[in-house]
Amino acid sequence: MTYGVRSGVVWFGATLALDDVSLIVEPGSVVAVVGGDGAGKTTLLRSLVGKVRLERGEVDAPPPEAIGYLPATAGSWLSLTVAQNMDFVGGIYGLSGQELVSRRDELLERASLSSSADRLASQLSGGMRRKLGFSMAMVHDPPLLVLDEPSTGIDPVSRVDLWRLVSEAAAAGAAVVMSTTYLDEAERAASLLALDGGRTLANGTLADVLASFNGTITRISTPHRRAWAWRRGREYHEYWPTDTAVPSGAVTVTPDLEDVVITMSMLKRREREPA
Amino acid sequence: MMATPAAGAVPAAVLLAADRVGRKFGSFTAVQDVTLHLGPGEVVGLLGANGAGKTTLIRMLLGLLGTTMGEVELLGGPPDLERRRHLGYVPQGLGLYRDLTVSENLAFSAQAYGTAPPDLPEALRKGAGRLVAELPLGLQRQLAFLIALAHDPAVLVLDEPTSGVDALARATLWDTIHEQAEEGVGVLVTTHNMAEAEQCDRLMLMSAARLVAQGSEADIIGPTTALAIRTDDWARAFAVLNKAGQPVMLAGRDVRVADAEADLVRRILADAGVNAEVSGVRATIEERMMVLSRAPEGP
Repeated sequence: MTYGVRSGVVWFGATLALDDVSLIVEPGSVVAVVGGDGAGKTTLLRSLVGKVRLERGEVDAPPPEAIGYLPATAGSWLSLTVAQNMDFVGGIYGLSGQELVSRRDELLERASLSSSADRLASQLSGGMRRKLGFSMAMVHDPPLLVLDEPSTGIDPVSRVDLWRLVSEAAAAGAAVVMSTTYLDEAERAASLLALDGGRTLANGTLADVLASFNGTITRISTPHRRAWAWRRGREYHEYWPTDTAVPSGAVTVTPDLEDVVITMSMLKRREREPA
Repeated sequence: MMATPAAGAVPAAVLLAADRVGRKFGSFTAVQDVTLHLGPGEVVGLLGANGAGKTTLIRMLLGLLGTTMGEVELLGGPPDLERRRHLGYVPQGLGLYRDLTVSENLAFSAQAYGTAPPDLPEALRKGAGRLVAELPLGLQRQLAFLIALAHDPAVLVLDEPTSGVDALARATLWDTIHEQAEEGVGVLVTTHNMAEAEQCDRLMLMSAARLVAQGSEADIIGPTTALAIRTDDWARAFAVLNKAGQPVMLAGRDVRVADAEADLVRRILADAGVNAEVSGVRATIEERMMVLSRAPEGP
């Protein structure tokens, strides 16, 4: 069973929060929804889990009890211990007795949280708290796992740990969608959906997205057109559309995901605000 | 290439220096024996996991926390109030007054530093009367930068400056950082986004209170290697290696293992009947950090 959102449109008052966005989440794989603050990531994921109603479009999702959802902001109760958080959520999904204990212990072990089982969630580091939130979303072994920015603001080692947990869930067959602001996480996913201002910038596997790029990227110390250039260290990368001649002698580079996403963002914003 | 300091900037070969500094809290050592020199026009990236000691080090460099070992020198002397006037600092939480408007935030900091409020870029000018709390995160970050730069600091310290923003906003913020460096400002920046390592002239990696590596990305990665595993059944390859306790990581449809013996990995896969091609690849900074965190006694 494939899950997802087809041509989803969401308005919040006068703001078009999601403009004809489609997302496909397949079992046994991880999809990354990538974008910054206000891109529409949370709205898309909330529409998938049924917390936001689409104005137009369709949602394919299992019933709520078959979804594990980690919201961007919360995920655990700060005044409960790690074990209490797990037990509470497990209880909601009908787990009890030995079944609950063994599931809880297994998940905490995987998340390296066993030794912190009796600590209050408020005493955990940011990374540990996100791992707890992930474990809580996993407690009922859901076929669809929806994770809203599990890794934002946490350190690289905790991010690697979280990514391992996410991969484990996919390896065990779950359909996983996670949002992120980090392009490297999108690169590591089986497929990615890049959003900006509620619109799709790019969609598909990393190879698809890179292959769909039109135009040329050059590397230069002083850009010709400052508005179409961005820093890569001390140098700039500069975008040239297919119908524009690249200056002779310019050094061409193979665009990476960052080049592609930056270029697509510039083009989309130009479209929206004509000069 | 080292840019020359702009007129008005304090001419000094080293703007900010820590010489074998350390900090203990009771019996806990947060920072031990760290030496760091920041010169004019340099962008230095400070990397490390949570608890590595980055924040404590930064607080000492800013003069907000005393050292229990070694000395910090800012612009040739102790980081006292007068010298700290030449510092620009953007904390992780941005340090803005969320319940004041953009203009009010600017006026407040201008008064504190005795400078004129800076000119606003168009995006912020439109929102000048809005409460900071109502602005998108990208604009809040731009405002925090503007405030930190308004008094022409000689040294800029940025804690996670690009966290949470999109690729284009990130590029804009890095533009500002590089422009400052080109005018001779020394920039010390922390980031959790290892892709931003390329934006820095020099990197420093902290682990368990110590500086464990410094230099280029290759210097930081050091001897750490990784294996890339190409297989038709990534899920099974991942599962068996994970079960065997290998530091395994999914990368697209490939699986990576940091700091592992190729023969052992091949044997684990073969025993499980997984057909795979195993090859040695360059490790990433994350993988280096993960290896360090598994061996807390250091390299």
